[in-house]
Amino acid sequence: MAGVVDGSRARRRDIRKRWLLSSPALIIVLAAAIGPLLVVVVYSFLTPGPYGDVLWKFSTEGWSNVLFERDIFDNTLHLATANLTVFWRSVELSMLTTLFTLVLGFPTAYFIATRPARWRDVWLFVVTIPFWTNLLIRTFAIEELIRNQGIVNTLLIRFGLIQQPIQMMFTDFAILLGMTYVYLPLMVLPIYASLEKLDFRIVEAGYDLYASRFAVLRRIVLPLVQPGLVAGSILVFIPALGAYVAPMVLGGGRKLMLGNLIDLQFGQARNWPLGSALSLTLMAVVTVALLVYARVASPRQQHRYD
Amino acid sequence: MTDRRTRFDIRRQPGFGSVAWLCFVVLYLPILIVVVYAFNAGRSVATWQGFSLRWFVSAWHNQLIVECSLRSLRIGSIAAVISTIAATMAALATTRTRPYPGLTLKYAIINQPLMVPEIVTAVALLIVFARVKIWTGYTGLTYLVIAHTAFCIPFAYLPIRARLENMDRVLETAAADLYASSWRVFRYVTFPRLWPGILAGLMLAFVISLDDVVITQFVKSAGQDTLSTYMLGQLRRGVTPEVNAISTIFVLISIIVVVVFFIVNRKRSEQ
Repeated sequence: MAGVVDGSRARRRDIRKRWLLSSPALIIVLAAAIGPLLVVVVYSFLTPGPYGDVLWKFSTEGWSNVLFERDIFDNTLHLATANLTVFWRSVELSMLTTLFTLVLGFPTAYFIATRPARWRDVWLFVVTIPFWTNLLIRTFAIEELIRNQGIVNTLLIRFGLIQQPIQMMFTDFAILLGMTYVYLPLMVLPIYASLEKLDFRIVEAGYDLYASRFAVLRRIVLPLVQPGLVAGSILVFIPALGAYVAPMVLGGGRKLMLGNLIDLQFGQARNWPLGSALSLTLMAVVTVALLVYARVASPRQQHRYD
Repeated sequence: MTDRRTRFDIRRQPGFGSVAWLCFVVLYLPILIVVVYAFNAGRSVATWQGFSLRWFVSAWHNQLIVECSLRSLRIGSIAAVISTIAATMAALATTRTRPYPGLTLKYAIINQPLMVPEIVTAVALLIVFARVKIWTGYTGLTYLVIAHTAFCIPFAYLPIRARLENMDRVLETAAADLYASSWRVFRYVTFPRLWPGILAGLMLAFVISLDDVVITQFVKSAGQDTLSTYMLGQLRRGVTPEVNAISTIFVLISIIVVVVFFIVNRKRSEQ
């Protein structure tokens, strides 16, 4: 609003220059990320073509197929139990992944934040290296560990603890393990960012008032780093919900998640409108998660800047 | 460490250190196993049969692997350079100013690729590019480059913007007062101070592009596998230690890039 008031020519020219400068980035993202999303909306209301792609005929079948399927014999609608199973698995595994990374990530972030200042960078760096390592390699590493001829089973058999290898691949457990491993750094970083700002004099005040260690943790530390906890949870939950590689490799195509169900519609199932509708459903869930995040995180942050 | 217990340490929480150490082990152990077994003489990934470089040699002689690696590097470097240039310009346009109409919108657009699950962007690009491929008949690498550039922009933008926000305008104003053109101000004043941020953005963008699987998998035409999508195919079919060998090289590249990034950043904070 200040711009309107001062309204000087120099300011207007500055703003115009700034639009010009940012236009390449804006155009690329609009053309190759946002624009295509709008096309997905259109496609979700069309009719599937016989060999993939779509026919330009309006239909809401794509959307109703998200939850219902038409009986081939009597043409009645039933709940699409297969899809619901996949939805439920996606949500369940993503929430469990978030929980596990939280349980592992918070103490780790706390540990780093309480190191001497010059070592914190190094510890943080140690956490980020695996994150910059190829996602596929990390998923592959988990596979090496848990497959039937993998390290864990071989060792257990050699020590005579089991006779037959334990089947861990192609289970929900495998996917959960893989996602927890892959997304753990995403949890540590934002929690650390919050913990770094934590004023330990408040913690000391708590102890002076005879609080136990647990009480200090629960009543002082956790509430103060809540924005970090929420940010970390969002950062883990969103990619976990749309996970594609972990369920494909570790779930072996038997335990589908939403990402694979979408993939399937554009591959074998040849139902692009349903695939589009499923993608938009996923995006809607993610948007809701982001809105919740904005509500929980921002008031506190503004408070800090006051 | 033990004598600290005699004094009450307000920062200590019981068990946190152990969990942290467990985390560090868990983060590194699997990668370490992959790397170690890349040097295994035998085929098995569970029994050690002596040191050997044979899987590196066989990966090197695998025409497909070499082709895919070169393709990955080509796409990665082009996408990283374009996205970093665009991101630098965008960062200059969105920092060090009073809020102006559309500023928040710009942030939202630039960071959009971070907010949407990758699979959704991948599907969207598949749909659009399938049309464009039919219309134009062109099926080259440009589609992959465009897609990679778009999702690399926010990653390149973050460190550049962070760096710019810590730079005051005093020197730029001084240069402008001395009648330097805005290009010369950028070239001789802003750029030399900004370049660690630009370098960081460039490297992040490169690593992100190199790592991408999902979007590449959906956008690529036949015969356009990158190393990541090639490995995905291998993992679905069953693995040979060649995959360990390539992974080891990739891990090395990532670590080198990130270490350089870390050192550059450290120097910056010491300045």
